[in-house]
Amino acid sequence: MEPQLYTIAVYTENRVSLLHQISMVFSRRCLNIDSMTVSACSIEGVHKFTITCFSTRTMLEHVVRQIEKRIDVIKAFLFTDEEIVYQEVALYKVPTASVVYTEIEDIVRGSGARVLEIHPNYTVFEKTGHTDEIMELFERLKPLGIKQFVRSGRIAVTRSSREMVDEYLLSREARSLMQN
Amino acid sequence: MKELLTGSEILIRSLIDNGTQCLFGYPGGQIMPVYDKLYDYSDRLRHYLARHEQGAIHAAEGYARATGRTGVVTATSGPGAMNLLTGLADALMDSTPVVAVTGQVGSSMLGKDAFQESDVISSVLPVTKWAVQVRRAEDIAPAVARAFYIANSGRPGPVVIDLARDAQVGTAEYEKLEAPFIRSYDSDPHPAEGALEETARLLNEAERPLILAGHGISISGAQDVLAAIVGKGEIPVACTMLGLSCIPSGHPQYVGMLGMHGNLGPNINTNRADVIVAVGMRFDDRVTGDLTKYAPDARIVHIDIDASEFDKMVKADVHVHCDARKALEAILPMLDEADRREWRESFDRHREVEEERVMARELAVAAPGGKMLMGGVVRKVCEAFDDNAVIVTDVGQNQMFAVKYSRFNLPDSLISSGGLGTMGYGLPAAIGAKIGVPHRDVVLFVGDGGLQMTIEELGMIMEYGIDVKIVLLNNNFLGNVRQWQHLFFNGRFSSTPMTNPDFKMLAAAYGIAGADVADASALDAAIAEMRKCPGAYLLNVNIDETDMVFPMTPGGNGVDEILLDESQYYKPR
Repeated sequence: MEPQLYTIAVYTENRVSLLHQISMVFSRRCLNIDSMTVSACSIEGVHKFTITCFSTRTMLEHVVRQIEKRIDVIKAFLFTDEEIVYQEVALYKVPTASVVYTEIEDIVRGSGARVLEIHPNYTVFEKTGHTDEIMELFERLKPLGIKQFVRSGRIAVTRSSREMVDEYLLSREARSLMQN
Repeated sequence: MKELLTGSEILIRSLIDNGTQCLFGYPGGQIMPVYDKLYDYSDRLRHYLARHEQGAIHAAEGYARATGRTGVVTATSGPGAMNLLTGLADALMDSTPVVAVTGQVGSSMLGKDAFQESDVISSVLPVTKWAVQVRRAEDIAPAVARAFYIANSGRPGPVVIDLARDAQVGTAEYEKLEAPFIRSYDSDPHPAEGALEETARLLNEAERPLILAGHGISISGAQDVLAAIVGKGEIPVACTMLGLSCIPSGHPQYVGMLGMHGNLGPNINTNRADVIVAVGMRFDDRVTGDLTKYAPDARIVHIDIDASEFDKMVKADVHVHCDARKALEAILPMLDEADRREWRESFDRHREVEEERVMARELAVAAPGGKMLMGGVVRKVCEAFDDNAVIVTDVGQNQMFAVKYSRFNLPDSLISSGGLGTMGYGLPAAIGAKIGVPHRDVVLFVGDGGLQMTIEELGMIMEYGIDVKIVLLNNNFLGNVRQWQHLFFNGRFSSTPMTNPDFKMLAAAYGIAGADVADASALDAAIAEMRKCPGAYLLNVNIDETDMVFPMTPGGNGVDEILLDESQYYKPR
């Protein structure tokens, strides 16, 4: 099976050391995490890790199971790009002087970028999109002399009409009521 | 009723309320408040002082494996905690329930390289099922309840509670807590719909079914259901190393041990079976050999409580994600009675070859020059204990010969470091086992290399009068490495010969009786003498260093490509 970029979504309790517990499953197999974004999700007390990694499905299916095995991990899923809606954000800092002498309107219109700040010395653009779109703008701004550039990790939501984590937590709640 | 107690006392009360009767450990600076309180509770919670923290945790493992209860170990911060790592990794690999409590520096000093500070949680995460740092006294009781629940439910494993000094000396109200509900952890999963029915259907339709019984059978207490299933369906059953003793060695459907040094029948017939049902085992590489040549004709059912084991090594046709006992109980009524005598007898034909070509040689006892062979010694010792003893092994040739030639009448009778292969495990594990099941004989088979890795624990035997029979299979060599050097490294014995101390004299220094058996002719009498001795005993047996373990499936071979001796492969008819 050919390696490709996959997205892994991990839902966890909000406890210390989860990052370490997740990352060690990758490092143990010498897998490089391509990007990782962590934040609270819509379910109270639940944190979501969105991870991208370039590898084979078999390998990452094992990884997902081993992540899910950690006690404080609620659920983990493996997705191809087709199964999710995903986005990244990037910031570009360029000298204001070079912006002034460029066809900047074309660039901004064409890329859908926004201007966040204009300072006599520098101007900051923001662009959301997929990696290739963000890098396309990077190439267009390059002649202006990019002073700083940063691209976030991927964030993603599923295209599925079922909310698997909600369903899982409901089933666990039902089990807990049965036990008590 | 709630009481106001110090954190140290809360810890001890929580341990007792979670069923702890004894613990193994070693004091030190940052766990002293706990040890001070242990002094008050010595009538209810017995502490066994190991001579090294690694000894303490292996003893806790041996205790847990012998009893099924959670083994408890305590250590101080820094070096104390770091010395537990090997045992934690061992317990994780072999699904052994252990709770380790480590002292930690005060929380204001954390992260500042304080004296005897180490980052315990980060260090132990890869080798534990769960780990938590506790900084406040009020968090101790919930952490302990959670730790015990996690350690000994689902697939058991080790848990660490890192107890900062503030938590030990602070105060909080205490009341006994029940096992918590953890929404992110399902310790009792239900298999997917239809999986059990599919398993029964495959077994009923199979002409050549084979059950692979692993450690999960013992952990879930499924020995009787397994025996009922294999009896009803006349299904041959083979054990993994840690599965040994989950079915009596004399059971008519028992066909032997799997793996690199396992028996010919089950290994050969793995590749002839049409249905394989693996229960509570994880298709370790020592069991499967080359995966591309493994069980080509079989539909495979994998029953395990740990979902991460499915398809990790061997792709299974059916996954049954639940407790082994529950799965087998559900399958039993759906199973048809069947006559599979011919298939069962095919194992016997391999067995006859193994008896003639391998066992006759290995069980001979006497080697040229009066030295002895490990297999024969193991068999004689086990027979002297009527095949009823708890057999504990170290790692290496001693282990392979012990598991090959011990026979088991009783369940929970084999304690060995399987997954991690930890030399030095044997002696402390045997001590822990004897403390756990004092009514049973405990026999340790150990090599001269492994014994010296944790030999300081003879001190525990001396101090607490623990009756462990130590059979030292002494060839003055690191025998297993020597075997591989002989077979695969042109006989270049790099760093494997050992100049050894006088072990009998060493034992005597610890007040432990012992004998040297220099010549095979003296073996029977020496074993009888050991059997009679009311306390611990060290039998130092003079082993022929050229002794090698066969059959053997060298690395990279398929499960059915087996050496009978150093030059001849088995060619089954």
